[in-house]
Amino acid sequence: MTFEVPAWLKRAKSHMNMTPYLAGIGGEIVDIGPVARARLPYSDKLVGDPQTGVVHGGVITGLLDHTSGLAVMVKLREPMPIATLDLRIDYMRPAKPQEDIFAECECVRVTHEVAFVRGTAHQGDAKDPIALCTGAFMLIRGGVHGIPVTSA
Amino acid sequence: MSDYRTGDPAKLIEAIPYCHHLGITAQVEDGALVLTMPFAQHLIGNPMLPALHGGVIGSLLETAAIAQVIYETRGERLPKPVDITVDYLRSGRAVTSYARARIARQGKRVVNVHAEMWQEDEAKPVANLRGHFLI
Repeated sequence: MTFEVPAWLKRAKSHMNMTPYLAGIGGEIVDIGPVARARLPYSDKLVGDPQTGVVHGGVITGLLDHTSGLAVMVKLREPMPIATLDLRIDYMRPAKPQEDIFAECECVRVTHEVAFVRGTAHQGDAKDPIALCTGAFMLIRGGVHGIPVTSA
Repeated sequence: MSDYRTGDPAKLIEAIPYCHHLGITAQVEDGALVLTMPFAQHLIGNPMLPALHGGVIGSLLETAAIAQVIYETRGERLPKPVDITVDYLRSGRAVTSYARARIARQGKRVVNVHAEMWQEDEAKPVANLRGHFLI
């Protein structure tokens, strides 16, 4: 079975990379497909523990949330706003300083109202994850207050 | 960089680069710790609304939890997150956000913390967090 990225999402990819939060932390979307992927290079401004140089847990949360949202959109035939309902993150180990962080997320099920996602954050080896995530997203069909939607 | 050992949460937050990036500061009001995060352009997740990024909301809540644990336990190292669950109740709008946390259960090694974030009205929370942290 071949997978096709929705045309509207291909058009929106550059737009999504410009999400202010993602741009602010220096992250980028590297792949949109059945598994959505993002990369975040190490940066001093992401540090959560100045004594060790380990990035803040919130950075991992942010990258996984963003990539999860993208994984949901990959499964939508038409653009619509989505909203995170809940997100659980299990931190397996601290991220090694100076190394890139990757997030890989897959939307496992889309219903009329809600989409369910599983994801992993790692530093090159997905079998040695930094964190795992489970998320549920609300699909806002018809948009929010009539605002037309072109991306997230 | 050992300011947080004094148990001063404001200094703890100041010393964390990612909190500086997000604009998070901590204040003690009537003996309770409150975190503040003014709105800024780079916190946006959805420019159309505009709405705060879910990751920003999670970051503020996790920081509130960590700061509360340091504040109460006077711990010598930063609490390490084991797992967190964030429930998003409302869209985070383009205004100042606040967060506070409480320790629900403290064991020898693990604490369970609940945190809540709100904006203009504390009775209308934007999101909440439950999490376990190693101390």
